[in-house]
Amino acid sequence: MTTSAQTVIAPSRARTAAAGATVRRKQGFQHGGWFVAPFLALFALFVIWPLLRGFYLSFTDANISGDATSFVGLDNYREALDDPLVWESLGNSAYFTLLVVPCITVLAFLLAMLAHHIERGKWLWRLCFFAPFLLPSTVAANLWQWLFNPGTGMINFVFGGETPWLTDKSYAMLAVVVCTLWWTVGFSFLLYLAALQGIPAHLYEAAKLDGANAWHRMVHITLPMLRNITGLVLALQILASLQVFDQAVVMMDFLPGPEGSTRTFVQYTLEEGFTSYRVGYASAISIIFFVIIAAVALARMWLLRNREEGGR
Amino acid sequence: MSTAAQTHVKAGKAPRTLTDKAPRKPWTPSQIVLTLLATAVSAVFLAPLVWALFTSLKSETEAVEVPTHWLPKDWTTQAWQAIFETGNITNWFVNSFVVSVCVTAVVLSVSALAGYGFARTEFRGKNLLLGLVMTGLMVSPAVLGVPLFTTVQQMGMVDTYWGMILPQCAPAAMVYILYKFFQGIPRELEEAAFIDGAGRWRVFFTIVLPLSRPSLAAVGIFTFIASWNNFLWPYMVTNNPDLMTMPNGIATVMNSYGIQWAQLMAGGLMAGLPLIVVFVFFQRQIVAGVAHTGLAGQ
Repeated sequence: MTTSAQTVIAPSRARTAAAGATVRRKQGFQHGGWFVAPFLALFALFVIWPLLRGFYLSFTDANISGDATSFVGLDNYREALDDPLVWESLGNSAYFTLLVVPCITVLAFLLAMLAHHIERGKWLWRLCFFAPFLLPSTVAANLWQWLFNPGTGMINFVFGGETPWLTDKSYAMLAVVVCTLWWTVGFSFLLYLAALQGIPAHLYEAAKLDGANAWHRMVHITLPMLRNITGLVLALQILASLQVFDQAVVMMDFLPGPEGSTRTFVQYTLEEGFTSYRVGYASAISIIFFVIIAAVALARMWLLRNREEGGR
Repeated sequence: MSTAAQTHVKAGKAPRTLTDKAPRKPWTPSQIVLTLLATAVSAVFLAPLVWALFTSLKSETEAVEVPTHWLPKDWTTQAWQAIFETGNITNWFVNSFVVSVCVTAVVLSVSALAGYGFARTEFRGKNLLLGLVMTGLMVSPAVLGVPLFTTVQQMGMVDTYWGMILPQCAPAAMVYILYKFFQGIPRELEEAAFIDGAGRWRVFFTIVLPLSRPSLAAVGIFTFIASWNNFLWPYMVTNNPDLMTMPNGIATVMNSYGIQWAQLMAGGLMAGLPLIVVFVFFQRQIVAGVAHTGLAGQ
């Protein structure tokens, strides 16, 4: 490797390179654009442009063909604020998030503690806890649709009773939540497991020497050391859960669920866009959704920065 | 130089790997309790998959029989034969494979280049662009599906492979992860090569990329899983059964006219098993990959 590098040294380039950081920076200046260019092209086409376009469309009455549109000002946004389905579907997504996030965080932590402290067959437990995450969302959803099936499903068979899981509005979202927990807890579990293994062993040894029992070690070492990872798990889960769509829609046969109780916000935007062909209106509520997601993400950054500054 | 590079690879790997190797220890009461607990929990996790497998080996009439039962009375591969004979499942499988491989290849090359460009080179508007990438972290087909669809529609890519693949290829998150990683590589390694007269590109390909193998593997693995399992975007961009991917075809076509449960379970297992089998063999890399990409969000 070194020899081939040396053979290509042209005198002029060698001098340039040796001349120091400023020259190097200039050299980088020429190439930097090219490094970033392929990504930027894709990013501009498929992220930035749709974002701008969505913003523009949200002020028009565009239909699915994109033709014959006229500017309608803030009408779409005004309509959205008065649209009960906007609030209902937003509420459904929020309800789902409220149920999933705490459960997944606690479960993932407990599973990671279990897999971390067990001494035999670690790989096997890891495989079992993580395997569902490798399934496509739709497969997980079909599986649980089948398990929750009131007549022939295993859930009612095993636990008894005839709970109408998928057809009663007070149970439907719970069914979606259970499916989601089973399907995605493995991801957060892995994050916790990696974090647990990253805690230096000498902390525990020192604590043991000082006579701290297992409970104290957990409360005073493990939990504080996991604070960052918990913040991360919470943030990732909140952002993902607010965007729930796949499981809910597949478990309910692509319908909004009993009395619309599992219609998520994403589902509503797609209904407006692709079923009612109201692209302008769908864009407006998508932009509202984008603002909500961005607010959550920015809130997390702000919290992180505050904590860093507080720590100094 | 090459030795320095090697030691750095080791050092880079060490802190986050999840190792299996624990010294053999005697069974203590607490270990017995933990093992029993883990067995019970694993049974709960695996039961739905086992149930799917048994269902797929029943006949359609037996599958919906009341009262339900775990094991098939008559073991039959009818459902499996049916999905191969009548359905497009092999098509979907190939489509999934093509799409995921293409997406992974493009994402890896594009985000490695961009991550390095942001971490190590200077150019006009870099900070503005970095800010845009951070904004991109908040955009997904779930958030902006309808405008993204009309954009792809304008480009005439609805119902095409391109339309399915390209919009999955601008992952701000992966660029950000690799950007963070490249920033952590000691500059001295590169500077030594610059003094030897190597240019940016040579440094990138011969020094930086080999050092980044674990991170690139992580990004690649995560991208492949995400793309193989992606439902929402293929669902929006095509309703041509010949173009569908596994998750998409199973969810829409197989669900559309009276669900045949045994076939649906067989199809679901077909979609899920490849990754699970791969996982059994490449467990350590995949676990490290998923944990690494996730942890990079810290």
